[in-house]
Amino acid sequence: MSLTPAELTSSVSGGIGSSPQRPDGHLKVRGEFAYASDLWHEDMIWGATLRSPHPYARIVSVDLTEALKVPGVYAVLTHQDVPGRNLYGLEHKDQPVLAVDVVRYQGEPVALVGADHPETALRAMKRIEVEYEVLTPVVDMETATEDTPLHPGGNLVRHVPVRRGDQNASAEVVVTGRYEVGMQDQAFLGPESGLAVPAEDGGIDLYIATQWLHVDQAQVASALGLPLDKVRLTLSGVGGAFGGREDLSMQVHACLLALHTGKPTKMVYNREESFYGHVHRHPAVLHYEHGADRTGKLVYVKAKIYLDGGAYASSTSAVVANAATLGVGPYEVDNVTVDCWGVYTNNPPCGAMRGFGAVQAAFAYESQMDKLAEALAMDPVDVRIVNAMSEGSVMPTGQVVDSAAPVAQLLKLVKDKPLPPVSTTVDLRDMPGGVSNTTHGEGVVRGVGYAVGIKNVCFSEGYDDYSTARVRLQVINGEPAALAHTAACEVGQGLVTIMQQIVRTELGVQRVTILPMDTSIGNGGSTSASRQTYVTGGAMKAACAAVKEKLARLAAGRNTTDLVELLGGEVIDETVEWRHRATEPLDPVTGQGNAHVQYGFAAHRAVVDVDVELGLVKVVELDCAQDVGKALNPQAVQGQIQGGTAQGLGLAVMEEIQTADGKVRNPSFTDYLIPTVLDMPPMRIDVLELADPNAPYGVRGVGEPPTISSTPAIVAAIRAATGLALPRVPVRPEHITGT
Amino acid sequence: MRVNVTVNGEQRQADEVWEGESLLFLLRERLGLPGSKNACEQGECGSCTVYLDDVPVCSCLVAAGQAQGREVRTVEGLAQGDRLDPVQEAFVEAGAVQCGFCTPGLVVAAHDLIRRVPDPGDPEIREALAGNLCRCTGYEKIMDAVRLAARRARS
Ligand code: FES
Ligand code: FES
Repeated sequence: MSLTPAELTSSVSGGIGSSPQRPDGHLKVRGEFAYASDLWHEDMIWGATLRSPHPYARIVSVDLTEALKVPGVYAVLTHQDVPGRNLYGLEHKDQPVLAVDVVRYQGEPVALVGADHPETALRAMKRIEVEYEVLTPVVDMETATEDTPLHPGGNLVRHVPVRRGDQNASAEVVVTGRYEVGMQDQAFLGPESGLAVPAEDGGIDLYIATQWLHVDQAQVASALGLPLDKVRLTLSGVGGAFGGREDLSMQVHACLLALHTGKPTKMVYNREESFYGHVHRHPAVLHYEHGADRTGKLVYVKAKIYLDGGAYASSTSAVVANAATLGVGPYEVDNVTVDCWGVYTNNPPCGAMRGFGAVQAAFAYESQMDKLAEALAMDPVDVRIVNAMSEGSVMPTGQVVDSAAPVAQLLKLVKDKPLPPVSTTVDLRDMPGGVSNTTHGEGVVRGVGYAVGIKNVCFSEGYDDYSTARVRLQVINGEPAALAHTAACEVGQGLVTIMQQIVRTELGVQRVTILPMDTSIGNGGSTSASRQTYVTGGAMKAACAAVKEKLARLAAGRNTTDLVELLGGEVIDETVEWRHRATEPLDPVTGQGNAHVQYGFAAHRAVVDVDVELGLVKVVELDCAQDVGKALNPQAVQGQIQGGTAQGLGLAVMEEIQTADGKVRNPSFTDYLIPTVLDMPPMRIDVLELADPNAPYGVRGVGEPPTISSTPAIVAAIRAATGLALPRVPVRPEHITGT
Repeated sequence: MRVNVTVNGEQRQADEVWEGESLLFLLRERLGLPGSKNACEQGECGSCTVYLDDVPVCSCLVAAGQAQGREVRTVEGLAQGDRLDPVQEAFVEAGAVQCGFCTPGLVVAAHDLIRRVPDPGDPEIREALAGNLCRCTGYEKIMDAVRLAARRARS
């Protein structure tokens, strides 16, 4: 006999489609959840990193003598102590574990100290003498490829052209613009940290907060000159990620210190070091030209997009591809000429951050759509709807969008909501400037703005993107119990809950235990590109199917579907590797190809009050509509939309790592501001569930789309209130007051 | 230096405490209570919030020595055995916890608010939590959690 899901799920709760509590929730609210920075080991030492104070310099000499004399110091290491390859990187191996003879950004690691107390390590670090010959940094992304080459192959990391249709198309109405996006930081709250424990077999066990265990493992093993099986990683508690943990930070460093001293070594960055210790969102300069006919229908879009990758490549190649392929937004355009360049400079390295590539492009193309509406005296939502793509539309890459693309519907949903009333009583807390008492309503103007965005989900361009899941089913204490194991990183988003839900639904088992994520199982892929529920969810579903097949064999010829009876003393243990459908590389000349797996869409409406005299902005309301395919956990879906929207608000009006000649001017939460509860307005959310037939359960990646449309919607609202062009984010008070 | 301090009702002692160490470091690294978090160590994020003699403070801004002879209550001291404090319960239920790094500080701040103001309105909740950063949730579900906890505390 075979078992149907209905027979198996009859009695379980907390399956897919519901919002059960997180399995780690209790530990987290009690303060008992072990984050990487909470780890402790008998006899452990503390590591510290000496970083370059210069954006670009030659290292003339390094003298460790005085540092080694500090009592309590166990080791002081430089690049000479790196036993394996001193270069690593996600896509190009161009970044030194420790600098050799040149430093290419301020904050580049030069030496390491291991000591008995973090303070001892810092004191010793200050006694390391490094002599630098300071060089003139390359800091302008638009001219970087013509400037001093910072790497052997020059300063171009990647150029992606996209060509579709008539390259010489002309139109009745033309709008142009130059836009800029500042450097945003992920600003996850849990600092970079980990604990490396030397093992008896000469290998190392690393407990770490990361987004991708296996890619860390490969890079650490290569730097240490160890085989993969001697480098074992276990995920510890992760305090948020948002892309900022996809690259290595202290992983190799802690392992080097541990292997040198034979002592467990802990490293924890403080907030300032965190700003230097991870990659940021690429700043961008974007030149756009939109041509349309009198009805608002787009005839062509031309764009030149520059992305500043900073000193090392990180994921710049993928960011460039996203900005190029998604560069016209969720619109149908027959004639497209887009070029995107990612370059090296001596600015801080940039890489993955939520919505990468799509965020930068969306600020420009949505600003352009508003400009077009203005030129045509059309409603900004109408001009978008006239051009909105839908299922069956063709992307500028030639790829046909083969599942739901409800762009017009999402826009209508946010537009049709009633607008918040203009408050008649003055509550300072609702005013721009808040209780600083800067206005009682004088000079305050309201504005409303809209935006919609598009994001690719999963890894693209032919990448072999897969995940591995293992499920073990047996009877424990007279009850069926399942164990689920993956290496896919829980970074806060709630993947552990989703995994439990899938197993409950598929196997009809209430008790599902999630094993710690580690490298003893196969690759789970990265927690990025909104891909884990899709890919590791797909793998978990497939592992359950394999378990069910075994169960069906046990059931053959027997007259029961009761798991306890069926299983008896048997243990079913299945591991499955699961891939989403394959993608293709982009043609290097035309940018054509079925490069993406799936597209996700979200739309926002922002309502703002602007104190036009002081340039202060209060976002009054921020509504969002998003298609998620299928909400496996509705509460978590909302959490992603709310959190993603908040990060978009941050980019719109406050968040930027400011650099001057390559130096970071605001590496602290005092000077780099992220939204507080006072900055975030109430949100109304519409979630559509238009299943994607190609995806497990029909899911569509959720995490990134809301970050994309939130920023341009807010800026559109500020423009509506002020009449200003505002071509740059974040919008600062002086952009509004003009002083 | 030696520091004697009552933490979550227990008399604790730490030796060889350095001059510059914060109460946060003392709790986390010397007393085995890492529940209070270290997101900025500069007084900007609230993740390290604890009660010091019943007043919520950023423990990263308090020198360990200043806690000498005083009473500290941390997030680890809110639940009664297995029973979560209503604020903790509401945070889990409302989905106010994602990565959870902000949670200990927010739970203490919300706990303090509800003690002082049994029926806080939204503006009061926002004001009370304004010193606590959260990067994951966009705060909506944190607001839900505090409203829920306050409602339950009243009933
Ligand atoms: S760690 Fe104390 S306020 Fe941030
Ligand atoms: S839940 Fe991650 S910072 Fe608040």
